[in-house]
Amino acid sequence: MYQYDQHDQAMVDARVAEFRGQVARRLSGELTEDQFKPLRLKNGLYLQLHAYMLRVAVPYGTLNSAQMRVLGDIADKYDRGYGHFTTRQNIQYNWIKLADAPDILADLAKVQLHAIQTSGNCIRNTTADHFAGAAADEVADPRPYAELLRQWSTFHPEFDYLPRKFKVAIIASETDRAAMRLHDIGIQIVKNEAGEIGCKFFAGGGMGRTPMIAPCIAEFVPALQMISFLEAALRVYNRHGRRDNKYKARIKILVHEIGVAEYSRQVQEEFAHILTLGLEPPPAELERIKGMFADPGLESGLSDDLDRSDPDFALWVDQNVHTHKQAGYAIVTISLKPVGGIPGDATAYQIRLMADLARDYSLDELRVSHAQNIVLPHVKKADLYRVWQALDAAGLATPNLDLITDIIACPGLDYCALANARSLPLAQKITDRFADIGRQRELGELKLKISGCINACGHHHAGHIGILGVDRKGVENYQLLLGGAESADTSLGTITGPGFSEDGVVDAIEKVTDVYLARREGAERFLDTYRRIGMAPFKEAIYG
Amino acid sequence: MVETVLRYRTDEPVGDPAVTVDAFAAQSNATAVRIEPGDDALALLPHLERIALIEVNFPSFADGRGYSAARSLRERGYTGELRAVGDVLIDQLSHMRRCGFDSFAPDKPISAEAAEAAFATWPEVYQQTVDGRAPIWAARHPAAKA
Repeated sequence: MYQYDQHDQAMVDARVAEFRGQVARRLSGELTEDQFKPLRLKNGLYLQLHAYMLRVAVPYGTLNSAQMRVLGDIADKYDRGYGHFTTRQNIQYNWIKLADAPDILADLAKVQLHAIQTSGNCIRNTTADHFAGAAADEVADPRPYAELLRQWSTFHPEFDYLPRKFKVAIIASETDRAAMRLHDIGIQIVKNEAGEIGCKFFAGGGMGRTPMIAPCIAEFVPALQMISFLEAALRVYNRHGRRDNKYKARIKILVHEIGVAEYSRQVQEEFAHILTLGLEPPPAELERIKGMFADPGLESGLSDDLDRSDPDFALWVDQNVHTHKQAGYAIVTISLKPVGGIPGDATAYQIRLMADLARDYSLDELRVSHAQNIVLPHVKKADLYRVWQALDAAGLATPNLDLITDIIACPGLDYCALANARSLPLAQKITDRFADIGRQRELGELKLKISGCINACGHHHAGHIGILGVDRKGVENYQLLLGGAESADTSLGTITGPGFSEDGVVDAIEKVTDVYLARREGAERFLDTYRRIGMAPFKEAIYG
Repeated sequence: MVETVLRYRTDEPVGDPAVTVDAFAAQSNATAVRIEPGDDALALLPHLERIALIEVNFPSFADGRGYSAARSLRERGYTGELRAVGDVLIDQLSHMRRCGFDSFAPDKPISAEAAEAAFATWPEVYQQTVDGRAPIWAARHPAAKA
């Protein structure tokens, strides 16, 4: 994993000192809330419905156990004993006091964490494949490139007041586990025919009220020109992105309005200019970073044998454990989606327990996935049963990864000032309705995603089943969408028709799954059946 | 109204008022020009020889187009005065300086001491821009510096 040197540490420490000064100016009344707002947003501090919320960056979703433990300690010390892992691979604390915020940032800085650029119209925290470095199908570990990107984007002087927020995701395999093409810029690390590593760039993806799938804007940019290309792509957006309407300000609108060919042409023109400036970090810097990710300490020659005699354990292995690139190891996903729970929430105790398990059984590494779960990327198969027992005792062994109760949901009207409807109680009701694990497994892979408003933080456009909460004359109402997907076959969901009450939408989901069970052929997933038979049979069942 | 200008150059200030980009194109003897956020700064490139002052207007601090305009002009060889005017606040000064601005005319005056403190916000920087500061990667790899 990446370790700060004195330079990185000095940057983060400087930020803590700066923010401490700004908070003092606000508390003394020297700054008004209007003046303070853009400053606190640059440090991930939002004012929600009931309290301040602090969003802590987890760069490319990777944590070590010491960092994870501090995240648990902060939940205890400054919040109400829990934290919320988000679709941006970050963690949010929902009950923060303004006066405590600088101390929290100082605690984070001691373990090389921060809240820099987790909000505001700037380049946000870069997200990445949560199986990076452990997946068998990657052409390279994408995290060294993500770290190079983190440094470049940190306090970038030209791109701190963009038309709108800007999210970059990076992957390095054909299987997209990061919803890469639903980001402002998506990067896929690829190998060309000569065996050289480079970046395939996508631009203009996003969700929100105008969901779009990012088109490719460059097939192959040499890895050692990645930063220069990003400078060009961002500069064209900063110059020409719309600023007259915040709902049309994301890069997706620019790419859509001028066309992908014209946007690409302008980027290439600027790229050619920027290459003459020599501002790309040297190869030695990428090598330095790569060196820290190269070998997490994997042993070779370990056995793949597994004792599956405990049926509950075997069920969990089948559902929540993935193949590791190294024989004898496995990738464990810890579900933060228990029946009746709040998707992505973990108590301080659970967070510290996961930290301990990472230290003892996963070469000190954890990941946060964009599906709001936690990953232990390097667990020996010989240790799996012990890890499962410890998780089970803490309520963390729900065997539901990618099943209907593995719901992504935004915080909704319970916390968020922008929301039109509550997301969390609905998620709880759906998990209650489908609580039976046998029934869930019968339904198979089924990604259900809930957003409490049109901003789509719950990724409802990309759900096999998506739910959008809206406000209809003062009453919460839920629209149902079918057929979205976020993987290599990214697609956007289609609205079924008129919306439902909270209970009504749970009934409608049940009818939708009944249609699937009746109509599926062979090993079809829900999504496959939907794509084959179309919307009509589902509509008939729901409204007929 | 007395305009307070923070200036970090040793040459003599330009006396001429800055004119709009359109007016500048029509006046072959103008030496000072003002860019609005929607203007194409690169349209000035053929005339850099005769320009002594470019003002970049920030009607709102949140409109960041001026940062790209400034840095682009510096990258392409402009060495005259580059002045940020308008809604220029203390918390933006450091980034503006990194993008090539070397004078500031904020709507609300900023003291020279406060400005100095703002420029010193970050002990080091990650990016190579146009202000001559060596990025952190150069300090890490002194031999690799181009």
